[in-house]
Amino acid sequence: MNNVKSAVLLFLGLTLLLGGAYPAAMTVAANLLFPQKAQGSLVVAPDGKVIGSLLLGQSFTEPRFFWPRPSATAGFGYNPLASGGSNFGPTHPELLRQTEERVRQWRLTGATGEIPADLVYASASGLDPHISPAAALLQVERVARARNMNAEKVHALVLSLTEGRQAGLFGEPRVNVLALNLALEQLAP
Amino acid sequence: MNAYDWQQMLLLFAALLLLVKPLGAYMAKVYQGETTFAAPLLRPCENLLYMLGRINKADDMDWKQYAGALLLFNLVCCAALMAMLLTQHLLPLNPQQLPAFPWQLALNTAVSFVTNTNWQNYGGESTASYFTQTAGMTVHNFVSAATGMTVAIALIRGFVRRKTALLGNFWVDLVRTVLYILLPISCVAALFLASQGVIQNFAAYKTAAPLQAGGLAMQIPMGPVASQEAIKELGTNGGGFFNANSAHPFENPTPLTNFAEIFLILLIPASLTYTFGVMAGNTRQGWGLFIAMLLLLTAAFAVLQWAESSGNPAISGLGVQSGNMEGKEVRFGLVGSNLFAVVTTATSCGAVNAMHDSLTPLGGLATLSLILTGEVVFGGVGSGLYTMLAFAVIAVFVSGLMIGRTPEYLGKKIEVREIWMSILTVLTAGVVVLVFSGAALLVPSAVTSMSNPGAHGLSEVLYAFASMANNNGSAFAGLNGNIPFYNLLGAAAMLIGRYVPVVAVLAMAGSLAEKKYIPPSLGTLPTDRAPFVLWLILVIVVVGALTFFPALAMGPIAEHLLMTGGK
Repeated sequence: MNNVKSAVLLFLGLTLLLGGAYPAAMTVAANLLFPQKAQGSLVVAPDGKVIGSLLLGQSFTEPRFFWPRPSATAGFGYNPLASGGSNFGPTHPELLRQTEERVRQWRLTGATGEIPADLVYASASGLDPHISPAAALLQVERVARARNMNAEKVHALVLSLTEGRQAGLFGEPRVNVLALNLALEQLAP
Repeated sequence: MNAYDWQQMLLLFAALLLLVKPLGAYMAKVYQGETTFAAPLLRPCENLLYMLGRINKADDMDWKQYAGALLLFNLVCCAALMAMLLTQHLLPLNPQQLPAFPWQLALNTAVSFVTNTNWQNYGGESTASYFTQTAGMTVHNFVSAATGMTVAIALIRGFVRRKTALLGNFWVDLVRTVLYILLPISCVAALFLASQGVIQNFAAYKTAAPLQAGGLAMQIPMGPVASQEAIKELGTNGGGFFNANSAHPFENPTPLTNFAEIFLILLIPASLTYTFGVMAGNTRQGWGLFIAMLLLLTAAFAVLQWAESSGNPAISGLGVQSGNMEGKEVRFGLVGSNLFAVVTTATSCGAVNAMHDSLTPLGGLATLSLILTGEVVFGGVGSGLYTMLAFAVIAVFVSGLMIGRTPEYLGKKIEVREIWMSILTVLTAGVVVLVFSGAALLVPSAVTSMSNPGAHGLSEVLYAFASMANNNGSAFAGLNGNIPFYNLLGAAAMLIGRYVPVVAVLAMAGSLAEKKYIPPSLGTLPTDRAPFVLWLILVIVVVGALTFFPALAMGPIAEHLLMTGGK
């Protein structure tokens, strides 16, 4: 019986500490030290409206924007309330059908040679904010034509927004699609 | 594997090697009741918790009392979490007004978090309120991890203590684990994650109008993620705040957070081998286990990295760059995804930064095999070490039979009771996996839950029960687990897979503690040398292969042959 009392009371004490004090302290500290990041790295338009988060990809379909990776989130692509991947195994007929269709679409936009893997395969989160540098460069011609811009200029913009490996050691080189499109809009609205 | 892949792996191992010794030695001090540098700050808090719980820290428990207190505490945890999930709509911190969990899902989820499995038949952002995430999930991430560590420590004491029935005080071990080990590291880790962009707030979801005019308005989920993410990895829990788990940019925004998360998952299980060595009075014993674990991990990583880089021939054939990027994130790339995948399945963490259901067949086989070893390749915090020690007992026994010597381990004679308990520890999960997966194939609703046809569908079911019975929690997530069959049978698998080994290990600890110490003689098999390490690896591989080869042949191996055959 003593044990029951100990179990219940200790559990309550630990809940106050670990479920109350700890997250509260971390919230205060994180918002003091990194306010912008703790609140979701949001991108806000001059009129105060939230455009999105720099960390979350969003859907772009018009030729004048760089396009992100395929997204398999439920409902619609890049649905932030339903993060997740396709969960197709490598022999799933639907995976083969969808990838074939994507390759066909990229060929229609004039892509030649080997198509970067990230443009054909859906991401894990369905919200991947990045594409590979090769995937961005592949789209330079199309975007420049749609915006009546000099392709060299768009090319230079992609290069300037390409992030290398973090600390030179970790991860893969990548381009944030929302950041790139925001920069494009600034450059040639 | 190319040079960069090796470099990433070696960086991880180097970081680990740097910390195994200091953290392992520190944990030994904590468990031996010595004063540590953190004491002035934490001692008052510790004493307050003892006072609150009416706990006399001088009470020493025998194995039955220890197991009794542990089971009782876990029962309280499970009941409290289930009650919270069922009344979520009435509780505070629920800006999205999310409804209560249905009871079967609540039961599955409560069992899942209390057993350190963190299998999730729900997506966090659409199902769990901030109150549930902090006062519920975060708390259980801590205490379920601490529960595993107390059992490992009790087993070590069983080997070390002589002619006594007493193994220590469960309440004290639990509180000290939380206060001196898990909480300080979590605070540092949470702030580091927040510095990289992991969110930490209690705000309502934000509405956003996308940049491309006319796009659908988006609801951006928010929440206290960093505080939970830290202990989720550190305690090898693995339950995601969001559905996409550590693939979600709010949980794992940069390559550096990815490396940190992989490192945090391995940190305690790896360091506990050193704690074991210190407490056993011979650190070589601990390093031996560490090396066995490291070799198995390296082998699995090599297979996975090779399989994923080779990719899917049917899709590369369309003129697509090779390498399987389905269900992977660009910022992590192949190697950052694959390292995470082997580490999360080797330990019983189960967090994922890539969708395992979309791995190539042999890649999926590598992760599944790590789970099916019984989670001994570093394993869960505490559970990895105690299961590995059970394997060591079996390895000593088998080699003793082969060379005609009395089996002894760490100066304790291995007898019938120890062997029984070790076998229970090592084989329980395997029996559950095979019997429950077999049952699933006979139930129509369980079969229609598969999202992939053919051999891969079988892999989904096999992976599900392997993951739940071994308290891993990662999934071939295409399987729709939120049906009565998987919710209820899954809860049973997690309970059996957790508590049968826990009680068996404590029973073994009790019987070992009562034995006298036998000094090593010429007839003793040295267990801190290379031959024993290799022998231990062989025993683990043979037990796993004998148990699971037929099932694996029908799942991932069959699918590999279909894929490469172009079918």
